[in-house]
Amino acid sequence: MDAIDRDIINTLQAGFPISERPYAEVAAGLGIEETELLQRLQVLLDEKKLSRFGPMYHAEKLGGAFSLVAMQVPEEIYEQVAELVNSYAEVAHNYQRDHAFNMWFVLATETPQRVDEVNAEITRRTGLPVFNMPKLKEFYVGLRLDAHR
Amino acid sequence: MKVQTTVTKPHVPIVLDELDVALIAEIQTGLPLTPNPYAEIGQRIGLSEAAVIERLQRLLQAGAIKRLGVVVRHHEIGYRANAMTVWNIPDEKISELGECMGGFEFVTLCYRRPRRLPDWPYNLFTMVHGRDRDEVLTNISHMAERCGLASIQYEVLFSKRRFKQRGAIYTSSRESKRLSQRS
Repeated sequence: MDAIDRDIINTLQAGFPISERPYAEVAAGLGIEETELLQRLQVLLDEKKLSRFGPMYHAEKLGGAFSLVAMQVPEEIYEQVAELVNSYAEVAHNYQRDHAFNMWFVLATETPQRVDEVNAEITRRTGLPVFNMPKLKEFYVGLRLDAHR
Repeated sequence: MKVQTTVTKPHVPIVLDELDVALIAEIQTGLPLTPNPYAEIGQRIGLSEAAVIERLQRLLQAGAIKRLGVVVRHHEIGYRANAMTVWNIPDEKISELGECMGGFEFVTLCYRRPRRLPDWPYNLFTMVHGRDRDEVLTNISHMAERCGLASIQYEVLFSKRRFKQRGAIYTSSRESKRLSQRS
């Protein structure tokens, strides 16, 4: 990854034009040709430096819901609980963390009610309380990292 | 370093017609890498380029699409460590401090969440990145100093294991859509 790749990443983390020749516009801003931008983007995607290039949707506005859920799982049953939790299609990701609250997963559901249903089922099936911590306010959602290393 | 402050509840779902749904589904995995990507998308779903542009702009304005652009794999571009850092902020200071913390480039998520007392006193969650754990901790100290967080109780939760990571799947009554969003 060279300086131009880093410029491309940093520019496209901020947004992408909705116009007839969006790549030409971005390329002009970066001082490169449109074809070079297209080629470099393809390489960055192929090499998995970028996970995707496209829209970031706002799930709640499309009718869905998200929540972060935490559990305190005893070590001796951790694997079984993880397996049970991960078996839900609504679980988007799940991390083990160094803390008394050692399981953290994100629910992404079709409806807000489904978050409560899945949480209630997990509690019923594991006998463990779940701590539902939905986002109340978002101070920053950029996921913008400077690709400067 | 632009801070976006958004009150995120309650959400009123926007009304989508069949063509909006088709468009959302068509571009969910990415935009075509061709000089006129919106014309190509339009051809696939039977819309003109102008109609695709008009609908995308409307979805963006309505907030159904937060933005178009790239999502980096932070691990692949040198940020190999991250920690969920949680803070117990007095309610009356949360907007000021949330905006301060959200302004650092190594902070990728900054959300207010409910406390779950007595077990969980923390109400602000930040995801802090760095090349390694030491740099993550240095970044947290730097942020604490710059935002005046010396008296604020906090904890750093490094991840031990990742079980599952996928884009969220949102199934509408009409068809399945894969959404990309962090929560």
